[in-house]
Amino acid sequence: MKIDESLPLEYSTEENRLKILGFWIFLGAEIALFSTLFAVYFTLHNGHGDGPSAEELFKITPVMIETVLLLTSSFTIGLGIHAMRLGLKKAMMTFFVITLVLGLGFLGTEIYEFVEYIHEGATIQTSAFTSSLMTLLGTHGAHVTFGFFWGVAILIQVAKRGLTPETANKSFIFSLYWHFLDVVWIFIFSFVYLKGMM
Amino acid sequence: MESHEQQFLILNEPMIVGAMISIVVGALSLFIGITYFKKWGYLWREWITTVDHKKIGVMYILVALVMLFRGGVDALLMRGQTAMPENGLLDAQHYNEIFTTHGVIMILFMAMPFIIGLMNVVTPLQIGARDVAFPRLNSVSFWLFAVGTGLFNISFIIGGSPDAGWSAYFPLASLEFSPTVGNNYYAISLQIAGLGTLATGINFLVTILKMRAPGMTLMKMPMFTWSILITNVIIVFAFPVLTVALALMTMDRQFGTKFFAMQDGGMDMLWANLFWVWGHPEVYIVILPAFGIYSEIISTFARKNLYGYKSMVISMVAISLLSFVVWAHHFYTMGHGVMVNSVFSITTMLIAVPTGVKIFNWLLTLHKGKISFTTPMLYSLAFIPIFTIGGVTGVMLAMASADYQYHNTMFLVAHFHYVLIPGTVFAVIAGFHFWFPKVFGFRLNEKLGKLAFWFITISFNVAFFPLFILGLNGMTRRMYTYSESTGYGPLNMLSFLGAVGLGIGFIILVYNLYWSIRYSPRDETGDPWDARSLEWATHGPVPFYNFARIPQVNDLDAFWYAKKHNKPLWSGPIEKIHMPNNSGMPFLMSGAFFGAGFCLVFSWWIPTIIFTILIFVFMALRSFEQDHGYYVSVEEVERIERELGGEK
Amino acid sequence: MKKKWLLLSAIFTIATVLAGCENPLMVLDPKGPNAKTLSDTIIMSIIVMCGILFVVYVLYAYMLIKYRASRMGEDYEPPHEHGSTKLEIIWTVIPIIIVVFLSVITVQSTSKVESKPVGYENEEPLVIYAASSNWKWHFSYPEEGIETVNYVNLPVDRPVEFRLYSYGPITSFWIPQLAGQKYAMSAHVTKIHMAADVPGSYMGRNSNFNGQGYAQMEFEAQAMTQADYDEWVNDVKTTAPKLTDADYDKLLETDFVGRKSYSSTHLEFNPPPEGQHHGTPNEGTPNTEEDGDKTAPSSEPHTHPNHTE
Repeated sequence: MKIDESLPLEYSTEENRLKILGFWIFLGAEIALFSTLFAVYFTLHNGHGDGPSAEELFKITPVMIETVLLLTSSFTIGLGIHAMRLGLKKAMMTFFVITLVLGLGFLGTEIYEFVEYIHEGATIQTSAFTSSLMTLLGTHGAHVTFGFFWGVAILIQVAKRGLTPETANKSFIFSLYWHFLDVVWIFIFSFVYLKGMM
Repeated sequence: MESHEQQFLILNEPMIVGAMISIVVGALSLFIGITYFKKWGYLWREWITTVDHKKIGVMYILVALVMLFRGGVDALLMRGQTAMPENGLLDAQHYNEIFTTHGVIMILFMAMPFIIGLMNVVTPLQIGARDVAFPRLNSVSFWLFAVGTGLFNISFIIGGSPDAGWSAYFPLASLEFSPTVGNNYYAISLQIAGLGTLATGINFLVTILKMRAPGMTLMKMPMFTWSILITNVIIVFAFPVLTVALALMTMDRQFGTKFFAMQDGGMDMLWANLFWVWGHPEVYIVILPAFGIYSEIISTFARKNLYGYKSMVISMVAISLLSFVVWAHHFYTMGHGVMVNSVFSITTMLIAVPTGVKIFNWLLTLHKGKISFTTPMLYSLAFIPIFTIGGVTGVMLAMASADYQYHNTMFLVAHFHYVLIPGTVFAVIAGFHFWFPKVFGFRLNEKLGKLAFWFITISFNVAFFPLFILGLNGMTRRMYTYSESTGYGPLNMLSFLGAVGLGIGFIILVYNLYWSIRYSPRDETGDPWDARSLEWATHGPVPFYNFARIPQVNDLDAFWYAKKHNKPLWSGPIEKIHMPNNSGMPFLMSGAFFGAGFCLVFSWWIPTIIFTILIFVFMALRSFEQDHGYYVSVEEVERIERELGGEK
Repeated sequence: MKKKWLLLSAIFTIATVLAGCENPLMVLDPKGPNAKTLSDTIIMSIIVMCGILFVVYVLYAYMLIKYRASRMGEDYEPPHEHGSTKLEIIWTVIPIIIVVFLSVITVQSTSKVESKPVGYENEEPLVIYAASSNWKWHFSYPEEGIETVNYVNLPVDRPVEFRLYSYGPITSFWIPQLAGQKYAMSAHVTKIHMAADVPGSYMGRNSNFNGQGYAQMEFEAQAMTQADYDEWVNDVKTTAPKLTDADYDKLLETDFVGRKSYSSTHLEFNPPPEGQHHGTPNEGTPNTEEDGDKTAPSSEPHTHPNHTE
């Protein structure tokens, strides 16, 4: 492993640089995936059949909570990466833990929201609108869930191995992923919820 | 659910039972053979766990050849059934399954893996790299593709094959109208294989962007590498659409969602849109690398550099962009009005412009050349006139009004075979002959190769040209039978004879493989064709580390100019080489994918969940694993180089 | 190479003979103005394409014959050629001109066949509803109040407007000698315009694969003089039975039937999904469809219990 000291730890080896580029390309594919899901939603969002429509279903409170939690977590993970660049292992881990806890809070609220929907008679089988809505939200939620476990795995590795080129690289890539999920959520918030409630 | 269990094993169809028995016998004898010759360890160490791009490429091509056989048998059965009016070889259900699996297999399990196989073997060598960017991921890609293929192929003995066409239009593919598990297999096996393809896309993009030999700027890359770069961009942006479409299909069929339903706000044509938003770029995923292969071969055997390199690159980029904005030409007849149809007509016809540029560039590459007619060159030369027929009929089909008369007819079938066979199939066969000595160290026999070529080329035209005429005479595709009064009989019989000829051609090709393995003289030079790009600069067969020293590139066709001007490609001493370790994890994880996929097909939820958890366990194991590869010492490299006949 | 040329020319000869003899190809043998427009478009495009093929083939043959290694001499070394901007511009611009030309033709001919046939612009069209269910076609004549199954009669020299929809999988309604095809779908009604110039019996069929009985899903379209047509309508009205709701439901469920005639239509009790329009869902653009109550034609043949739970 040739380590280039002039670069930040996460970029310091050839392998690390390849991985970061690869992950950016993967995020490109993820953009295509979510764009398709959005396109499906926009095509079908008026197709609510006998089930509830967007205006009837959406409530602002849980959505606001989710938005605040996720936006904050995006900020804290940014702080975590900043701490990592400074070589502050402890601060970095603290920020990551906060990020993951906020992520859990987001997931909890989203699950609550889904349960509410089901109580109101809107399951994934009710209409094309609910199918596409819940698939879009569910795909995002599944990403957050996966991210949670991934983040835990990285935290364990940082705790055990310290900040090495390898763990720094993983943490950095994880932060890209987390920011991406935040961006997707902003689109969901504006074009699904706000538009639906208007 | 009942209907699923009733037909778990398909036992009411003699042909399928026969196939089942032969598969079981074949698998058993393979198993016994491997055990008897004590080859399990070898297989595990050298192939199953390998992360070597060349071996992964070879495995891709091997699977593709097997699938070519399977898809070819499907084709022969179809042509056999329609050879005569009111023929009784197959019944409607069986015919419907066969044309569905023929389409899926030939596109996704034959053309794609053959291309990806060649891409694996050649690309890292062409750019002077030691492997791909993520060798372990490459192995995951292959094994996901392999289990996807396996899952799709067992459908015809366990549960029943998909029977709604390869495009699986809703509502026909919905649970209501296709109640067997066939389309579950379709959705899930393509999903698994598609994940592998997406990973390949990312892997090769990083490889080409980041791992080129020093001095190889983008505009000094060989044309094949360029085509692979563009293809992988298409893969990365098109395959997620397929992922979504297939997931929605699975959910509609197995979870009762309403995306493509006929009631509750669903929209059946949404499937067609999603499918073709992926499907049309997919066509270019299999055609652009073919263009790359032809560029290499034509330039090599005309002994001239590729004419109009820059316009070749620009035209490929143009094609790839256009490929995303033409999808609605697959359903002009949906009735979305003159405006929409006209726009899609024009974008579609525009593709002819960059394609035409390429054809003329190839012709001008031949100009003032010194053309030798080797087997790979013959396929490349046959490609030009035949593919042009496919191309111009494509322009005819692009005209929305005229398409109202071609759509769903044999004319369309003839057109896309005229594009895909001389385009993709000839290309992969040409590439197979061309790069075979690089991988195995000897050439395939030229005489047998040329015999197979003439059989394949002539039979191809006999098999598919009549279909243009049948289409114009009102014969639609996917009809398992027709009455004598239609007058379709004689031309269909002619087409069947062509299909048989194609079959014979492919048998000769496989026989050539056998013959050459036994008798072909070994090549010592590593450069049997006197070729131009870097892959020929190293030994054949290529040592596992590809290049003892990374070459320094100054020109396009670097190796050619190194030979001409006697300039060495290398300087400096040999250094120790860093290589990745083998791993069994991709294979095992893909096994878990297979288990999860198979159980999901039959809606066995608990085992599906268990296997899915297993997949995540493998991912976690990988995350905690610390594997930084190993080093090959200078002495070891020098020893291998000496054994291969001198340092390169 | 020679063998292939022989073969290709043989095939072309066969093709021209087939196209020209007493049994002309259906699509190129139109019997009405819209099919004629399409046939003309196709023949024109074939001629243009043959021109392109000719240019490519001549160049190709020239290169192969002139520059084969066996003619070039041992020590001939091909030159290095970068390409020629001039040539490359030429073979970009000429195809663009051809594409522009074909685009104009496409737009013209498409709008021509998507409206009332030429020469009939001022006449009121005869409206016939054509609905597919399983592997049969239902034809309803609201004007005459009659309905047929698996055959359709129409008067010559009068524009006809088919309104298509489907009970189930997408089908495609096609009478090659009268007009191009169009999909019949469950969510909304599509339209085909046509007119027959010559009396005669024409093949009509579903051209879009829709399962088991697809190959047999043909019908006869008979164009007859106005007098014959009126007589036939009268005949059906007086002799054929009435179509009841129950009969119709039963008919829908049947896989195959022969020809049938009724003296009333299903349009009243089982109306077609009209009044909705449909477009290509563009990626990213919200679809402007009004409320999504695009219910399928109310009766569903083939309702299997949901298998999900």
